[in-house]
Amino acid sequence: MWDYSETVQEHFFSPRNAGAVKDANAVGEVGSLSCGDALRLTLKVDPATDTILAAGFQTFGCGSAIASSSALTEIITGMTLDQALQVSNQDIADYLDGLPPEKMHCSVMGREALQAAVANYRGEVWSDNHEEGALVCKCFAVDEKLIENTIRANNLKTVEEVVNYTKAGGGCSACHEGVEEILSRVLGESGHSFAPSAGTTPLPVKAGRPRLTTVERIRRIETVLDSVRPTLQRDHGDIELVDVEGRQVYVKLRGACVGCQMAAVTLDGIQTQISEALGEFVRVIPAEARARHSASAASESHVACA
Amino acid sequence: MTATTPAIYFDNNATTQVAPEVVAAMLPYFSEQFGNPSSLHQFGNRVGQAIQHARTQVQALLGAEHDSEIIFTSCGTESDTTAMLSALKVQPERREIITTAVEHPAVLALCQQLAKEGYTVHYLPVDQRGRLDLATYAQLLSERVAVVSVMWANNETGTLFPVERMAELAKAAGVLFHTDAVQAVGKIPLDLKYSAIDMLSLSGHKLHAPKGIGVLYLRRNTRFRPLLRGGHQERGRRAGTENSAAIVALGTACAMALDALEHEQTAVRALRDRLEQGLLAAVPNCFVTGDPDHRLPNTCNIAFEYIEGEAILLLLNKLGIAASSGSACTSGSLEPSHVMRAMGIPYTAAHGTIRFSLSRYNTAEEVERVIEAVPPIVAQLRRLSPYWGETGPIVDPQQAFAPTYA
Ligand SMILES: Cc1ncc(COP(=O)(O)O)c(C=O)c1O
Ligand code: FES
Repeated sequence: MWDYSETVQEHFFSPRNAGAVKDANAVGEVGSLSCGDALRLTLKVDPATDTILAAGFQTFGCGSAIASSSALTEIITGMTLDQALQVSNQDIADYLDGLPPEKMHCSVMGREALQAAVANYRGEVWSDNHEEGALVCKCFAVDEKLIENTIRANNLKTVEEVVNYTKAGGGCSACHEGVEEILSRVLGESGHSFAPSAGTTPLPVKAGRPRLTTVERIRRIETVLDSVRPTLQRDHGDIELVDVEGRQVYVKLRGACVGCQMAAVTLDGIQTQISEALGEFVRVIPAEARARHSASAASESHVACA
Repeated sequence: MTATTPAIYFDNNATTQVAPEVVAAMLPYFSEQFGNPSSLHQFGNRVGQAIQHARTQVQALLGAEHDSEIIFTSCGTESDTTAMLSALKVQPERREIITTAVEHPAVLALCQQLAKEGYTVHYLPVDQRGRLDLATYAQLLSERVAVVSVMWANNETGTLFPVERMAELAKAAGVLFHTDAVQAVGKIPLDLKYSAIDMLSLSGHKLHAPKGIGVLYLRRNTRFRPLLRGGHQERGRRAGTENSAAIVALGTACAMALDALEHEQTAVRALRDRLEQGLLAAVPNCFVTGDPDHRLPNTCNIAFEYIEGEAILLLLNKLGIAASSGSACTSGSLEPSHVMRAMGIPYTAAHGTIRFSLSRYNTAEEVERVIEAVPPIVAQLRRLSPYWGETGPIVDPQQAFAPTYA
């Protein structure tokens, strides 16, 4: 199920400027029945000022194709042709409060129809250089043809390069198998073969754990504790570092903080700050909890919990 | 079991009770919310949103960087299988696998099958306390290895393996790393975004969600080939119409587990420690197996020497106490569990290992009842044992009892 914004739904249920404009002097047609998407844009342009007086659309397509067409006609009415040509597919999507990534190509179609209509008005020939193939990357709405052409034109050899050139595969990465297939095919045509890197990818830089010395770690932890101390003291509490053991940071809460409802919340917040300061994940644990681990006192052991 | 004493469930590593809140969350998805999440109409749409929400709840418990790294599957076993087979498919030229001798059968049996198909499987041995030797492991890592699969926590002993460190070593060697974290998820804090783990398996029924729902965590940009192909569900990485009720249930269970993590680390751990110390103090000739210093907070596995585990379980069961001897999957076999054998536990003890695994639904009172119940059972069985004399074990059991078969 697509997640359509309210605006998309609104434009779909009550499209603006549906139908052909009477006395149109510019017509742009893109898509085809076979792709399941076709758009005819008709414009009435004032020859004196090149201003778009009226725009109408006829669409064969899905809900977002209809909404995108409707939005486009609203956006460009009143603009000059040159202004209208500046409208990007992202503008159309923004006007609709966003389109699901899988549906971005619907807004692309609107922009192309506009280019075709302007070319038609100016007596130029507009060639549809956007030959659409099967959608490979849903996150960025990139189709097979575009990936294939980009690989050929730039001699791409790896998935990473395809991501950099086309964005395809730069999101959830679920389409990498498809991208690899296209790479294998295209490289195979020229007698090369696709050589994937190992399955595992290098760690993102931020995940690389800096190896701080123990003293350095403790110093950073103290700095974080010093920064939260004034807030705690205002509520008549305090916090003290007891021990650091690997990724466990033991602290003692004092005064009003002890047993206070907010203690857990406070510790969570401090934990996040310390983790950030150290560049590694640590867990902040009340020192009493550790004492309880080692002592086997059954009396205090069971705390009711969901 | 008498009618007056309620049953005690200390077998939470086998499976857990579904939390009442989880049952409540999933029920609507059998009745009014029955839609197919892929459908365009409102019936499907709401279910799709509920699944999306559940995905973020799982993401939070795992500390995953992206919710799209969560792939719902049908169980832990499916996640393990998907991960391993995918790693082999994406690197057909790599013909070696590294795993451990103490994995769950979900990984072990698969590896045995792969060995028959021509792969070389390295089973890392463990020492008497169930620990791995990282130097041996590091030496095996090479560009011939397609995948390392090491469990995060052992289901029988609760022993934790240093999988984060092992994943870093694998990554440095350019080898994919998978961990079967079925026993770890919900019991210890995880933060995968700061790890080098490429794939991780979890199973709902170990953390108070229903059976038949699992997750494969797949780090973004990890090369992958699906096990099940078909519809576009889970972004084409696991086809099959979503088990929406169970997915919603798992999401709720993960959110509850995250809330209860602290409790698991403190209160459940204290119950387990009290149980363990109580039993060790009351029963002679028994010891804890595995690595007590690196262990799940809920698990305690005790070997009662010179007696047999199943007999202990049957007598415990009569008192309404549920525990287990080794993995539930290994019962039915006469051999002591592969985990005990891998640790070199002598046969006289390995046969008498009992696993007590607690959850946040257990109480201190239950622990005391079990501490009282076990010693007489052990004493009763030892009176029958040919390896046990008047006051203690027979010095050389092999000598004392060497039956000759006709
Ligand atoms: C460590 C481990 N891995 C895998 C599994 C299998 O999970 P599932 O029963 O969901 O297939 C289990 C549970 O039996 C387990 O303990
Ligand atoms: S589908 Fe291509 S990155 Fe998500």
